[in-house]
Amino acid sequence: MAAISLKVNAHVHTVDVDLETPLLYVLSDEMHLRGPKFGCGMAQCGSCTVLVGGEARRSCVMPVSAVKQQEVTTLEGLGTPEKPHPIQQAFIQEGAAQCGFCLSGVIVTAKALLDEKPQASDEEIREALSSILCRCFTHTRMLRAIKRYQRSRA
Amino acid sequence: MKTEISRRDFVKASGALVVSFTASSLLQPLAQGPFDTHPSHIDPAKLDSWLAVASDGTVTAYTGKCDFGQGMFTVQTQLVAEELCVSIEKVKLVQCDTSVTPDQGTTSGSQSTPTNFNTSDLAQAAATAREALIALAAKKLGVLAEQLTVENGVVRAKGGRRVSYSDLIGGKHFNLAVNSAAKRRSPPEWKVLGKPVPSLDMAALMTGTFEFVHNVHLPGMVHGRVVRPPETGATVAKVDEESVRQISGLIKVVIRNNFVGVVAEKQWQAAQAARTLKVDWKPGPVLPPQKDFCDYMRKQPSYDVMLVDSNDVDDKLKSSAQVLKATYLHPYQAHGSIGSSCAVADVQPDRATVWSPTQSVYPTQHGVSALTGLPFEKVRVIFVRGAGCYGLNAADTVTYDAALLSQAARKPVRVQLTRQDEFISENYGSACMIEQQAALDSSGAIAAWNCEAWTASLGNRPGYDRPGNVITGMLAGFDPETPAPQAATAPKSELRNRSNYVPSYLAGCVNGTCAGAGSIRSERVLTHQVRSPFFTGPLRSPLRLQNTFAHECFMDEICAYVKSDPVAYRLQHLRDTRIIDVLNAAAKAAHWDARPSPKPGAARTGTVTGRGIACVAYEGDNGYAALIAEVEVDQASGAVQPRRFVCAHDCGPISNPDGLRNQIEGGILQGMSRALVEEITWDDRKVTSTDWSTYNTLYLGIQLPEIECVLLDRCSAPASGAGETAITLVAAALGNATFDATGARLREIPFTPDRVKAALTSRG
Repeated sequence: MAAISLKVNAHVHTVDVDLETPLLYVLSDEMHLRGPKFGCGMAQCGSCTVLVGGEARRSCVMPVSAVKQQEVTTLEGLGTPEKPHPIQQAFIQEGAAQCGFCLSGVIVTAKALLDEKPQASDEEIREALSSILCRCFTHTRMLRAIKRYQRSRA
Repeated sequence: MKTEISRRDFVKASGALVVSFTASSLLQPLAQGPFDTHPSHIDPAKLDSWLAVASDGTVTAYTGKCDFGQGMFTVQTQLVAEELCVSIEKVKLVQCDTSVTPDQGTTSGSQSTPTNFNTSDLAQAAATAREALIALAAKKLGVLAEQLTVENGVVRAKGGRRVSYSDLIGGKHFNLAVNSAAKRRSPPEWKVLGKPVPSLDMAALMTGTFEFVHNVHLPGMVHGRVVRPPETGATVAKVDEESVRQISGLIKVVIRNNFVGVVAEKQWQAAQAARTLKVDWKPGPVLPPQKDFCDYMRKQPSYDVMLVDSNDVDDKLKSSAQVLKATYLHPYQAHGSIGSSCAVADVQPDRATVWSPTQSVYPTQHGVSALTGLPFEKVRVIFVRGAGCYGLNAADTVTYDAALLSQAARKPVRVQLTRQDEFISENYGSACMIEQQAALDSSGAIAAWNCEAWTASLGNRPGYDRPGNVITGMLAGFDPETPAPQAATAPKSELRNRSNYVPSYLAGCVNGTCAGAGSIRSERVLTHQVRSPFFTGPLRSPLRLQNTFAHECFMDEICAYVKSDPVAYRLQHLRDTRIIDVLNAAAKAAHWDARPSPKPGAARTGTVTGRGIACVAYEGDNGYAALIAEVEVDQASGAVQPRRFVCAHDCGPISNPDGLRNQIEGGILQGMSRALVEEITWDDRKVTSTDWSTYNTLYLGIQLPEIECVLLDRCSAPASGAGETAITLVAAALGNATFDATGARLREIPFTPDRVKAALTSRG
């Protein structure tokens, strides 16, 4: 166990954990954040996705020690129910969820891609989502929401 | 950092609306001492069990049907707002909590809408409340009830006199029975129900603030993990507790019969302990080979049921010059919820509280009681949403895990299953084999239809008295349900086609009463249920999907044989108006190319296209749908690529058209995944599809087909289910479209490229 400081959603937190602990457990259990979720624990589904230094990362397999000085942003760090981020707003407008458990994977991954490549082609969007799962299969609405967000930034 | 409302705060807060006028222990459900259930809030015959109007006019409604992502939270809120004539913001819906909601059994089987949206339960309670409030207003204002109008919780008389719900009853009990004669508001009057109200939890979901069961935190809560038998049916020989002594934070190794788990201060420590704990397992029986599983099923002793038998089928089959036969196979499939299941339990010496994603809070109350030895009335089960379950995933079993570990550790315990825990021992959707035979008359019409189905089952929903029906209960020493071998007897009671064992084209006659959707009167349907080596349970459209795949593909085979158009020939054998209407509506919307299959002149190499159709009267009378699929088949690779789906759908009056479309769209794509790639695999000892690299699914990056929904809003019919209709048809429509494109018939799910290529090779 060791004390470690993390900047998450613009706040600095100090937690006392084993440094090998996956980032996800620190976010969920120590900071009680609800956005990133335990889907598979094996980086196969995406539901634990967070931004680390602006890059979409699977927090279920990333040791907390690997975060170092990089800032972590979770789904709830993007916007709030009252003031959602434009990509969250696009998902709300399209009604792009059923159970909603997968949304960190979908929204955070799409945002990271479009931040990097605002003009990403449909093929590139599909490629970025090729290891993201939604088992309610809300695929159609989610893709529509991502395109809506992309158009709104153009 | 956060303003988190825990589930217990939520229940206290929402309870307070009612509790302000009750002197009940319901107020402090988590206080010391027993929390007796409160009969006036639980007796479904009493209006106060369903609804309360607080002094600020807020309406709290209590339902035993909960939301897993299928939209029940929003539509039930709409329903209450509609019947009470209040805006949707005025309604607070409390879902599935054994302390405060009526026992409505399990939220499953497309039964929530039939139960709560017709003339009983929640809908009838809400209608009763509105009439009662109008009667109170009439008395107070001294006018006849008929002269009053209601809008947004205010009752008005002519001339401007008015009184609000809160003035009439705010904070007080109704003290009335639910009135079965209370008049529901009719669809033409609807202002809230029937509208595409966006899902009420959307903003919270999208911004990561929605509370899932995975997010429940209790003071002093610690973490549990389970150690499941790595091989099917293995039992504990020895647990070496010393093997984990060095793991910091370890609280306890818990062993109960063959149940093994660990509890530690932190989740990471529990995960390491579960991985490190040395357990010697005694192997279970050798598993039957997967490739011969159908032969295995056929040879097992079975529980047999004859659903219909006109006693002339053998004669017709013998005398007919044209008899067609085919066998269809469906594998075990997983629920594969994206979130591995999780639950939290706080088991104390004299009582327990459980936060569970179960579909069945009341039955789970009994299961936890059996496992912990506590009287059931001392167990409170509170539903908190988990990941979409699509039926009996590991929600119930993880709830038992949490209860066992909390009781042993004497602390509140949160249990997170791993992906493997869930995949190797959840209650899979059943494997099935369905044999079809049809005799044709000289005109090419179907003269007789014979269907014989085999399904494998072990366990099921635990219900109120079978905790052994899921893995944890069995490991802890309770027996699962197994089919008791029994010969079939002649059908006695009227056909209820709940599992769609009976094809839609049969008349379904038993003792002169014909409950089928079709016109074929020479009919026999015999089912065999054999013991499964793996746990099984309801998976979205349980057996209905498997059976419909076999019926609708076989119907297509007959159409092709007699060179008839698949829509026209189906219509020739149907008599139920609602299935006929959806079939016609789908054909019209898709601009159905009326002709026999396969498509004339199609190339035998390269990429070809085709269209196929399937239809169903779901569970006989619980929703109607027809689905047209258009596919592209790459005959070199064997890949089937769906391009377009058109679904016509009739579920009676539509409660929320946007929610309905969401269910149809998701159901179609989930059905596509199940038809094309999903299959549980095993070797001689164990399940080998244990994660997302070994159990296939369609990821978000796939090439998406277009989906078009045609919604038939049948206001005069009872409201029926809508979550399982579309998915039921996908495999059949895809198989039929592939045949249309290629002339190759697919009879085994999933339609892997290898199977498609084999079918292409063997086509005539």
